[in-house]
Amino acid sequence: MRILKTFLLVVLFINIANANTDIKDENLNNKILKNIRCLVCQGQSVYDSESEFSSTIKLLVKKKINEGKSEKQIYEFLRKRYGDWVIFEPKLNKNTYILWILPLLLFLLGGAIIRKKFK
Amino acid sequence: MKNKIYLSVVIIFLIFCFVIFYNGLNSSNIYTPKINTKQKLPIFEAKDFYSNKSISSEELFKEDIFYIVNIWASWCVPCRKEHKFLMELSKSENVKIIGLNYKDNLNNAKKFINELGNPYSKNLTDKNGFLSIEFGAYGVPETFIINKNKTIVKKFIGPINKKTLNQIMQIIK
Repeated sequence: MRILKTFLLVVLFINIANANTDIKDENLNNKILKNIRCLVCQGQSVYDSESEFSSTIKLLVKKKINEGKSEKQIYEFLRKRYGDWVIFEPKLNKNTYILWILPLLLFLLGGAIIRKKFK
Repeated sequence: MKNKIYLSVVIIFLIFCFVIFYNGLNSSNIYTPKINTKQKLPIFEAKDFYSNKSISSEELFKEDIFYIVNIWASWCVPCRKEHKFLMELSKSENVKIIGLNYKDNLNNAKKFINELGNPYSKNLTDKNGFLSIEFGAYGVPETFIINKNKTIVKKFIGPINKKTLNQIMQIIK
């Protein structure tokens, strides 16, 4: 009886651990798919799209996650084949410096103006 | 004096925004994929269309000639239209055409080939579409030209027509 109880407890713990990993993978999967652009749709992410292209990417991302690839590695794989455009969040490079730095500059400028006003 | 500095900063900023948005108005809002970027041939392993045996990309592209990779499917209507041009292309001795059968039913695909002819020196199956993604494809039909250095030098999105056939002929000559 004791052995059976221990066995059931072990099975229960294994299942809980597996369920946790599945939820983690699912969350990562959704996060990645929401950040990939459907290249044959208009303004849709792969997550939202049901196109042939998106359904292939969905399967591919799932496979890569199961293989243990990181989010960064998956983005890099797609970037190499489709360019920066495929990812919604642009990478920091010479073409996107302004895009990344301008909001920060505006924020600092705004802060400076407010500080001057209230001084 | 201070007000003047503020005013000039604001004006410069507005001009800057105007120039950016004005340039944006002129550029097309339809996304056109990069089709001329030179990309190294991906390394992959695929199943042969007829024998279902595994074949590596090294074995496939081992000869020192031009290769054309054509992504096709029997359910794809434009593929039917481009097939005659592929048949014409297959007559050239400078090039070998590798077919990539995309997400297709094998029997339908075989019927398609039997009906319209086989321009492919080798045909591969791409059941889940992963192989097409390796090539950076968007869908079917799509055609890639691979040079002797095993680099993808040109990519044609959509069906091949008379004009693109001439372009391909120029490249592989």
